[in-house]
Amino acid sequence: MSPFKISWKSIWSKPLSSGLNIMLIAFGTGILTILLLASTQIEEKLNNNSKDIDLVVGAKGSPLQLILSSIYYIDFPTGNIPLKDANELSHNPFVKRATPLALGDNYNGVRIVGTDSNFISLYGLKLQSGKFWKADLEATIGTNVAKEQNLKVGDTFFGAHGLTENKDLHKDHAYKVAGILAPQGNVTDNLILTNIASVWKMHGEEDGENNREITSLLIQYRSPMSVVMFPRMVNQGTNLQSASPAMESTRLFSLIGVGVDTLQWFAILIMLIAAISVFVNLYNSLKERSYDLAIMRTLGASRTKLFVIVILEGLILTIAGTIVGVALGHLALELIAHYQESSQAKLTGLIFITSEVYLLLAGLAIGIFASIIPAMQAYRSNISKILAKN
Amino acid sequence: MISIKSVVHNYKNTKPISFKDWQINNGEQWLLLGESGSGKTTLLHILTGILKPEQGEVSINDTSIYSLSSKNLDQFRGRNIGIIFQRPHLIKSLTIAENLLLAQSFAKLPANHQRIDEVLNSLDIIHKKDSYPSTLSQGQLQRVSIARAVINKPALLIADEPTSSLDDKNAKAVLELLMQQSGLNQATLIVATHDKRVKDAFTHIYDLA
Repeated sequence: MSPFKISWKSIWSKPLSSGLNIMLIAFGTGILTILLLASTQIEEKLNNNSKDIDLVVGAKGSPLQLILSSIYYIDFPTGNIPLKDANELSHNPFVKRATPLALGDNYNGVRIVGTDSNFISLYGLKLQSGKFWKADLEATIGTNVAKEQNLKVGDTFFGAHGLTENKDLHKDHAYKVAGILAPQGNVTDNLILTNIASVWKMHGEEDGENNREITSLLIQYRSPMSVVMFPRMVNQGTNLQSASPAMESTRLFSLIGVGVDTLQWFAILIMLIAAISVFVNLYNSLKERSYDLAIMRTLGASRTKLFVIVILEGLILTIAGTIVGVALGHLALELIAHYQESSQAKLTGLIFITSEVYLLLAGLAIGIFASIIPAMQAYRSNISKILAKN
Repeated sequence: MISIKSVVHNYKNTKPISFKDWQINNGEQWLLLGESGSGKTTLLHILTGILKPEQGEVSINDTSIYSLSSKNLDQFRGRNIGIIFQRPHLIKSLTIAENLLLAQSFAKLPANHQRIDEVLNSLDIIHKKDSYPSTLSQGQLQRVSIARAVINKPALLIADEPTSSLDDKNAKAVLELLMQQSGLNQATLIVATHDKRVKDAFTHIYDLA
């Protein structure tokens, strides 16, 4: 009979205390798993969505709000900017490519983005079926939009005014799905793309170039020199505002990071309490089982074997807790994602990241930490004394 | 042959206990008689290799047990010595069969299920093979502890106060079982007790008085 089986059966003979210890460890590991998965995915999404955009130009207001609305599509824009000013900036020598965005409408909460063909090159978009938008009221939709809204090429739909609600429908003009994008792994999976003229048409702004407005411009620099010169030129020389996605994303992540750090410490504290609980459990059970262990010695078990049996008990408890915790963490994140309102930053619990191996190693370390003292006591026990006492 | 020669043991802050030399031929059945505190348990622990005496030599079938390494002594004990305690203490988390398997495993002997059935049959508790100790009566537990002691066919079977807490009828029954099992397994039997009721059952007596 292997030491593993002896330890395993000993654990199962105390289902309540073993179960509580496993749950305590699972709780701590579960929180750490959620934090690890969520922060990795958020960071990845932030980087994926902004990697080729050097600067966003929009109406004055909060720079973070401008970035959130124009790159991640999760906040309201700061306002509109005159098309004329935007065109001037687009032709600035510091600018390699300027992609205009016109926001303002949605379809069942999915944002409709008026833009031009620069958007296709900026995100390297590829088609799954159909074609890219060209004529007015043609739309190319992201892969998730097609799935979730059950839309296919040739279907028509009405946009609604605003970015979240579906109340004020533009019933005079229906969009027609011209194409569906192949999965891109970024925010474009969750957008409806059309030309800017369509957005203007919805809002009765067909005429008069001087009055036309767009929401923002996504800028790619021509040279490193632009990094220094262009934002200053926009902020000081015009009525517009420039915001750097890299800087604002870092600021955003550091803001989120405070909460993540607090939760991380909280989870580590739970893990520590779990380790102490496993230690107390093993230590107390060792007192109760000292006669058991002495009997095992009289049956021929070596000191090393008793040491291994006690260490294995600690390891089985903590590793089981860690595995349950990691599984619960994935399940919880998938459930959170299921009820998540924002379709633009959807998280998933169905991915595994290499850092999770560290959680398993942490479980292993806690198991050894919690059982080493009881195991040493089992190793050193004086069986003659224990047997004589009983 | 089992022998102890010039054995003296000294607990801290107490007078040293010295034991008379003792030679036992294989298969003999002995009574180790002595009042409480006379050193019965000390001598049993010395004989079983779990308490090294300050002086003297203990040998079992030509093996001087305290010259063995700690690991070899553990294995030697598992294979050659079966011990029955006053209270039949079994491992609660294991079934009766698993308790016996444990004894085979610790002695580094292959699992022998046929032997387990044979011993449990001879002690009339085969029907409890897959039960847990908590479901057995005291009498059944005592039988299982005898089964565990003889499972590896030891050369020496030692029982420490096996009858002290039993009434006359049960004391006689346990003693008969021990003698029967030591005979069946061709083991030397030493019963240590202060219980004078069992004195008449033995022809060989080692008195600590």
